[in-house]
Amino acid sequence: MSLSRRELLKMGFLAVCGAVIPLSALQILTPEAAASLIRPYSEKKRWAFVVDTTKCVGCGMCVKACKLENEIPFNTDVQRTWVERYVQLKDGDVLIDSPQGARHGFTKNDPQGKEVNEAEIAKGFFVPKLCNQCEKPSCVQVCPVGATYKTDDGVVLVDKNWCIGCGYCINNCPYLARFFNPITNSADKCTFCYHRITKGMNTACMDACAFGARKIGMLNDPASELAKIISTERVSVLKPEYGNEPQVFYIGLDSIVR
Amino acid sequence: MEEHLAHGALWTIKEGFTYPNEYIYWTIHIVVYPYITGLVAGAFVLSSMYHVFGKTELKPVAKFSLVFSFALLLMATSPLMLHLTHPLNSINMILTPHFYSAIAAFTVVYLTYMAIVLAEIWFVFRPFIIEQAKEKKGLLGLIYNAMTLGSYDVSEKALETDHKIVRILAAVGIPAAAFLHGYVGFIFGSVKTVPLWKTPLMPFIFLMSAIISGVAGCVVTYILGMSLKGNFICGATIRSMCKVLVWFLVAAIVLEGIDIVFHAYTAEEFWSIMSELLFQRFAFKMLVVQWLLGMILPLILLLLPRLSMLRAFISAMLVLIGVFTMRWDVVIGGQSMSKSLGGFLTYNMPIIPRSMETFLEGPIPITGLLLMPLLLLFIFNKVLPVFTEVFNEEDCGFTEGLLSKKDHVNH
Repeated sequence: MSLSRRELLKMGFLAVCGAVIPLSALQILTPEAAASLIRPYSEKKRWAFVVDTTKCVGCGMCVKACKLENEIPFNTDVQRTWVERYVQLKDGDVLIDSPQGARHGFTKNDPQGKEVNEAEIAKGFFVPKLCNQCEKPSCVQVCPVGATYKTDDGVVLVDKNWCIGCGYCINNCPYLARFFNPITNSADKCTFCYHRITKGMNTACMDACAFGARKIGMLNDPASELAKIISTERVSVLKPEYGNEPQVFYIGLDSIVR
Repeated sequence: MEEHLAHGALWTIKEGFTYPNEYIYWTIHIVVYPYITGLVAGAFVLSSMYHVFGKTELKPVAKFSLVFSFALLLMATSPLMLHLTHPLNSINMILTPHFYSAIAAFTVVYLTYMAIVLAEIWFVFRPFIIEQAKEKKGLLGLIYNAMTLGSYDVSEKALETDHKIVRILAAVGIPAAAFLHGYVGFIFGSVKTVPLWKTPLMPFIFLMSAIISGVAGCVVTYILGMSLKGNFICGATIRSMCKVLVWFLVAAIVLEGIDIVFHAYTAEEFWSIMSELLFQRFAFKMLVVQWLLGMILPLILLLLPRLSMLRAFISAMLVLIGVFTMRWDVVIGGQSMSKSLGGFLTYNMPIIPRSMETFLEGPIPITGLLLMPLLLLFIFNKVLPVFTEVFNEEDCGFTEGLLSKKDHVNH
């Protein structure tokens, strides 16, 4: 059979068009799309977190609880959650520190290792930090092998067995929430205690906090305290300029917070 | 209880306020990775100057720079493998590439470029391989016969086709080489959390420094290789390579200069910490080694009249050191500024190996890695000789005559 160039192009074009139709069916029938037919978007789950910095006293119990719960070696200087101390002096100087992630708590008046005369202090407060479980996580974007991913209910997780350990996600996280787990050598981070919250429990840090500074809940659940706080109070997020849309909301942030 | 050190804690010294999880995560391997790919791209561009733009005076280095580029390319992935905490998982890059990630395209870009370089080498050396396959006996004969891939056609028509294909491959290779390295620049330029890296100029800055390092690498290696063999080196060839070096040096100076001036002028939130980095902490590495010794001094040396072989060699060495320092300043410097903008991280490379980790992160593997391309070139040279006298003194004189005539007409 002889085939002219025109015929070949024509048949090739038809073959491509024909192949596109069944392929586009896959696009329509993604699991998310199918699920949304049954469950409207407003009912979609989205985990979020509220940190009330005005209630934090810097005891570091949350950091300790997190380390134990998630089996991050206690004495290793990496943590899924940590607490920062901010001290602004009357002359305008700002002292910030978080020695060992504050896992032993702030027990002395020694910001950045210097004793400060209390009369010189204009204001001081603590800011607990954890993974922001961003809506548009840059860590997920940059993972070359898809080892880190966002679950349907908004939590970013890491497959420690699939991670190649390039550190691209760590360098791309604006919040420095990520680190290499010293045991698995894979990228690691706060998961909102996904193994607990999906069973109806609280996060370990929340349970360890005696002052109610940490709250987890569903954004779209009108019954949750978290949804109420976010919708009715003045809350803010860390580093919104990066466009990651962080989902940890803060009460009482200040412009000196990094 | 067993003590576990955090990855990075061994070589990072923290000052001021840094986040608790903050360390220098990208170390010496990531300094060497763009350095090697840069040499690859530069050497290839140089070889294309002859094949595509018909710069006859570059004929003696056309084959050499192509094979050198290949030797470097073979080693380009090894710093990455040393860097990964799970090198065995790197196969996942091919199994489940996540193309939203700039790194995921690496396999594709790398293999495409590899295919182009390999094909071009084969076509360039084909007549030689066939000749050797017919002549040589024993193991070497077997190797050459295998390398012919069953093609023994050396008719005039076949050679003409070869020539055409080489031109096409060399032409396609230029954007491919530019992409390979521009892409490395993109990997850095797109890290939005590091102010020193985050600039759209990054791919171009990396490309220009790649070309100058590649050309300089060729000047140094070619002069060394030819001198060791006691072969005649054509001055016109070296001067032509240096001319390429000058043009791209100017481009590199302009681009890197604009970058700093722009940061200083817009003086965003991070400028106070960045200026401390550039003008105090990294002042020697950055201003003295990278700028003065690595770019401005070689530019002056190359522009002074009556360029001698020794002066060309020294200038090229300076450029090689300068570009290496530039990679260091970018990779380490970028991570030295805490993302809190309130502190610094200092990188202290572990020199003495006390454990597997300090050995891998130390100077020994990386030195071996940087010497490997030279060893590979030495081996390749046994099969595909590149340090040959393409021009004898008469040809060289003739080429120089042609060049000066052209200059004369131009003036």
